[in-house]
Amino acid sequence: MKTHEILHKSLIKIVDDQPLVLDFFKMYGIDSTNNTNSFLQTIDAFPQDYWETNGISQDEFTDVFVDFMNGMQNAKSVQKIETLEVVAGYDKNKNPEPCNLLLKPGEIICIVGPTGSGKSRLLADIEWLANADTPTKRKVLLNGILPDEDMKNNFGGKLIAQITQNMNFVLDMDVQSFLMLHAQSRYLDDAETKVQEVIELANNLSGERFDVNTPVTFLSGGQSRALMIADVACIGQAPIVLIDEIENAGVDKKKALELLISQEKIVLMATHDPLLILQADRRVVIKNGGMQKILVTNENEKAFYSELKKLDETMQAARNFFRTGNEMTSKGFS
Amino acid sequence: MSHIKLVTVAGPPSSGKTSVIIKTIESIAGFKEQCGVIKFDCISSLDEERYSQYGITSSTGIAGNLCPDHYFVSNIEECLQWAKKKSFTTLITESAGLCNRCAPHLKEMLAICVLDNLSGINTPQKTGPMLKLADVIVVTKSDLVSQAEREVFRFKIQQVNPKARVLFINGITGQGADKLASYITTSKEIESAETLKLRFSMPAALCSYCLGETRVGSDFQIGLNRKIKL
Repeated sequence: MKTHEILHKSLIKIVDDQPLVLDFFKMYGIDSTNNTNSFLQTIDAFPQDYWETNGISQDEFTDVFVDFMNGMQNAKSVQKIETLEVVAGYDKNKNPEPCNLLLKPGEIICIVGPTGSGKSRLLADIEWLANADTPTKRKVLLNGILPDEDMKNNFGGKLIAQITQNMNFVLDMDVQSFLMLHAQSRYLDDAETKVQEVIELANNLSGERFDVNTPVTFLSGGQSRALMIADVACIGQAPIVLIDEIENAGVDKKKALELLISQEKIVLMATHDPLLILQADRRVVIKNGGMQKILVTNENEKAFYSELKKLDETMQAARNFFRTGNEMTSKGFS
Repeated sequence: MSHIKLVTVAGPPSSGKTSVIIKTIESIAGFKEQCGVIKFDCISSLDEERYSQYGITSSTGIAGNLCPDHYFVSNIEECLQWAKKKSFTTLITESAGLCNRCAPHLKEMLAICVLDNLSGINTPQKTGPMLKLADVIVVTKSDLVSQAEREVFRFKIQQVNPKARVLFINGITGQGADKLASYITTSKEIESAETLKLRFSMPAALCSYCLGETRVGSDFQIGLNRKIKL
C-alpha cells in the first residue's frame, strides 16, 4: 500500500525526494514547482481537454503514475549475487556437457574457443537465466537456487555488462553530464562523488587525460574504452562483466581487471591473448557449442606468464622508443 | 473454429523491425511454415522480397492516400482470414510509418515496439502510445553503443512504460531473438476479429484536409481543427 501514499503527497515533496520524477511530470505537462497539491488534487483540476489530447483517462493515468513510482523502487533495490552456476546441458551434437561452471564475485574467468564455438550462447544462457528452455538445455542457478519469476524479472537482462571493441559512444553529451545521467538512472545517492571517481579512474586507465567537458563522442579509442570500463565498474548495475577482445585498446589491461575485481564484479573475458588468459584464475574451454572443460591456471602457466610479461614489456618499450622519434644507435635500446 | 495468435510489431522507420521479425521466426525450428507476416506501409515497401528470401510467407498492405492507422484497423479482419486460409498458427503484423500519435496494438494480443539504440536518448519519450502501450520493447543496434548508453536507454524506456519487458536483440546475428520467440509462442490466441479492441483510440481526423483539401488558408479549414499556442 506504500505506493498509494504517494498519490496524497505534495508534488513538491515528491520531486524533492526523487528528482527523477520531474522528467515524468514534464512529459505529461505537470508543473510541480511550488505545487503543494497532491497528485490526485492536481490531476483532478485538469480540463477535459487534457485527457482527450493525451488519449488517457484520469484513472489510467493514476495507474501509470503508480507503476512508474513502483518501477523506481524496483530499480533501486540492490542486486547482489554470491554465486552463479551454469549447470551442464548439451552441446550441438546432443552430447552432455562434462562440467558445470561456477562463478563468484571478484574472480576472472576466460572463455576460450574458436569463433562460432558457442561463446555467445553461453553468455545468452547466463543473461536470460536459462532453465532448460534454450537449445543447450542448461540451467542457471543464482546463489545456489533456480530463480523464481520474481528474481528473473529483477535480474533478467541486467546480469551482464558487455565491453567490446565495436562499441562506441553515440550520445551527444559531455562526459560529466553523461555520467551524471547514468548515475541518476541508477538512483545512486552519492551520484556526484561516483562520477568524479569514474573520471579519475578512467584517466588513470588510459594514460591520456581528458577534460570532463569533452563530448563523449570525441574521446579517443583508448579513452572511450577506459571510460566504459570505469563506468561499468563503479556505476553499472550488472554483477557480471564480459570483456570481448579488447587486445589493442590502448588501456592498461591489468589495471582494468584489478579495478573490476575490486568492485566485486565477476569478470568473464573472451580472448585469444595468452597474457590475458594467464591472468585469469580459470578458463572454460568451449567446443562444439558445449563447455568441454574448466582449467585452473597452474604453476607452470604462472611461471610462463612472467616470461610472457617480460616479452610484452620489451614490446611496449620498443613501441614507445620508436614512437617518440628515437633512433637505435647500438644493439638494443634503453 | 481455428484459433490464431496475432502479434503487432510497431516502431519508427529503419529501427530494425523486419530483421527482428525474421530472426525471431528463424530461432524456432519449423516456425516458418506456421507463421505469416503482413507488412503495413504508407508509400511503398520492399520487405515482402526480404521475407521471401528467408522463406517466410508475407504480404503487403499499402495505405497510399489513406491514413495508415485507419487503414490498418479496417484490414485486421481480412488479415486474420488470410492467415487462417493458409493454416498459420501465428500472424505477425508489421507497421511502419505510423505517426507517433497512434499505435496498432490490440487488447490482449501481444504488442511489440522496436526502437533503435542509436536513435537518441529522448526517443522513448517521443514515441508515444506504440511504446507506452506495448508489452515488449525490443532495442536494436545496441551492440554498437556503450553499456552505459544501453542502461540509460532502458531506464528511459521504463520511465515511459514501467510494465514492459525490455529485450536487447541483435538484428544481424539474432542474439536475443529466441527470447522474443518464446514470448510469441506463449501469447494469447483469438478466434475472430470481432472481439478485438484497440488499446488506444485513433486520432480524431475530421477536417477538410482529410477530404483532400490542399489550400492552406483558414477559410478552407472546415471541421475539427486546433490552433497552435505561440
